[in-house]
Amino acid sequence: MTKHHVLAILVSMAFPIAGLADETAILDRIEQGRAVAFDRRKGNCLACHAIDGGDLAGNYGPPLLLMKSRFPDRDVLRAQIWDASVRLPSTRMPPYGRHRILTEDEIDLVVDFILSL
Amino acid sequence: MNLKTLLIVCACVALLAGVVQADPETERQEMVDYFQKKFPNVELAEFANGIYAFDANAREQWIEIEDFPPYEIAIEDGEAFFNTPFANGRGYADCFENGGIAVRQNYPYFDSSKGEVITLEFAINQCRQYSGEQPLPWMTGELAAISAYMSFTSRRNPLDVQISNDDSGALAAYAAGKQLYFTRRGQLNFACSHCHVQSAGLALRADPLSTTLGQATHWPVYRFKWGEIGTLHKRFKECSEQVRAQPFEAQSAEWRNLEFYLTYMSNGLEINGPASRR
Repeated sequence: MTKHHVLAILVSMAFPIAGLADETAILDRIEQGRAVAFDRRKGNCLACHAIDGGDLAGNYGPPLLLMKSRFPDRDVLRAQIWDASVRLPSTRMPPYGRHRILTEDEIDLVVDFILSL
Repeated sequence: MNLKTLLIVCACVALLAGVVQADPETERQEMVDYFQKKFPNVELAEFANGIYAFDANAREQWIEIEDFPPYEIAIEDGEAFFNTPFANGRGYADCFENGGIAVRQNYPYFDSSKGEVITLEFAINQCRQYSGEQPLPWMTGELAAISAYMSFTSRRNPLDVQISNDDSGALAAYAAGKQLYFTRRGQLNFACSHCHVQSAGLALRADPLSTTLGQATHWPVYRFKWGEIGTLHKRFKECSEQVRAQPFEAQSAEWRNLEFYLTYMSNGLEINGPASRR
């Protein structure tokens, strides 16, 4: 547990309503991220990946499961979505950030959603 | 320079020469071997049927559709267009070998005098222009119907695209087509090969991806998604748009080279056009 975590817990004990608001905010971001991910003209992630809650998913890429354990470091996942060819030049994953398929904000939302899977 | 260094230099030069001068026949055989290994239960001839060669459910629907093929009208229309003389009294039959019957397997070919690839559709419009007629739009309609009729008369003939290893122009056109097939394009950053070589058989949403092998045997195609019959270059345009790339023009030199490469890869498979696809 980091100093930040301890602080967050202390703060949420002192201000329980604020903690609740944070949780609502992250759930809201996950929902927004899901919308971007499932939109055919935005992420269209289901074209290639099976995702819990999505219909007619392709199998071009691997199913998105247990993402928090596969990507314990949020930045690594974000970089992967931004431009997967940095880590794997032969990748077939579109470079969502480098080619501006999504905005930086949209990518952050998608990352929050993917990490909730 | 000692002997060992000399040998290494020789080997490098030979390797470079190999890269520069591709051997289409060796590459075609490699493509065949690759897909036969990838789909060990699919007979070679079946690759001409695209995804229906390996997707059992889609195949069942497709066979039912083929009882009353949606491209039949195009064949009939095409035959009528084909046999209607031009204003100068000549006709399509005068422009082609064997009166234009059962010749599709020889297209595209490289015209050394012009230094360019001639596809069947390109030859149809050339024929019109030689006869003082306006060219037809490339992707659908009358041209696609004439192409459908000419494919129909060529059914069961094995594709026989000729590229001589002495013909540097033909080899260059083939190499350019191949390069386009393997080059990433568009905002989504896909090469044709990403989907149709590496990932052939996998599905985008519910649609399985076809194999390079067999992609050129069955044109033109009645696509239910289109609701009409269209030429291979209409499909090239659609693929380009799907990866959000700026398409080349239909029958541009780039896409004629691409068709040259793609058709060569299917050499030996039988013509089975026109066809229906979902």
